[in-house]
Amino acid sequence: MARFLSQLKSMHRVSRLLLWVCALMTMLPLHAEYGDVVLNRRAEKEGMPPVIYPHWFHRIRFRCKVCHFELGFEMRAGSNDVTMQDIIDGKFCGMCHNDEVAWGVENCDLCHSGRPGMKSHIYGGHQTAGPGIW
Amino acid sequence: MVLEAAGRWRPLANDNLHDPESPAIGVLQEPAEALSQLPPDTSGNLVNWVKALEEGKINPRTNIRPETKVRIRDTDVLMTETGEMPVVRFPHKAHTMWLDCSNCHEQYFISKVGANPINMLKILEGKYCGRCHGAVAFPLTECKRCHSVPRNKIKP
Repeated sequence: MARFLSQLKSMHRVSRLLLWVCALMTMLPLHAEYGDVVLNRRAEKEGMPPVIYPHWFHRIRFRCKVCHFELGFEMRAGSNDVTMQDIIDGKFCGMCHNDEVAWGVENCDLCHSGRPGMKSHIYGGHQTAGPGIW
Repeated sequence: MVLEAAGRWRPLANDNLHDPESPAIGVLQEPAEALSQLPPDTSGNLVNWVKALEEGKINPRTNIRPETKVRIRDTDVLMTETGEMPVVRFPHKAHTMWLDCSNCHEQYFISKVGANPINMLKILEGKYCGRCHGAVAFPLTECKRCHSVPRNKIKP
């Protein structure tokens, strides 16, 4: 009986610890910012760190339609085959990242700033981690 | 205030995406600096983006090329086949403030009421509304923002 009680007590302790861990996890933002995109279709193959594209930063300054309509970015992470030559030629990111609207292509490190080994994907989740197809 | 904001939005150096050693850290704007200034929300970026736009807190550019036609549509669509959930009201206005018609039509949504066999499973898979909601627009845990019209308020 005493053994059973002590087992029950230790189980209670473990479950309380688990509860604390869960509470802490909901309090702390454990992910990247919602809508952050990693672009690594070509970057690492060509010797550069992955690109991180923050939706939150860009949507303060541009409506979705600028990139997804005028510039022709398909709305699926990793589905746009963008080369640095395209960007230098003023296509895709290069429409703005040309030292006129925004910083130019000589600032490699500002976009190519991701940790190594990440796949092209939409990251960041607050309550949902993004839809299944991504 | 700064401490509180820093707790709500994770710093770039610590976001599991950026390389903490990258020279970009310290140059790029931190999420907390920008997002703490905008109308708050309880999910996603913790910013009510539609409100931010409506209240003029942000004024994002609508086009880069001067010849681009900026199209806005101001009609609502009611989606009534929602089982026991309240009816969905889709506001074209809030969507076309951000997006062009061609972003959804005809590639994801056919422009005809009743022509799109949408259900929540498909949305959770990232199809239809799930192309953006759950990825960049408010997440799919916000049921009542779309399922917003009680069935008894719908005129027969």
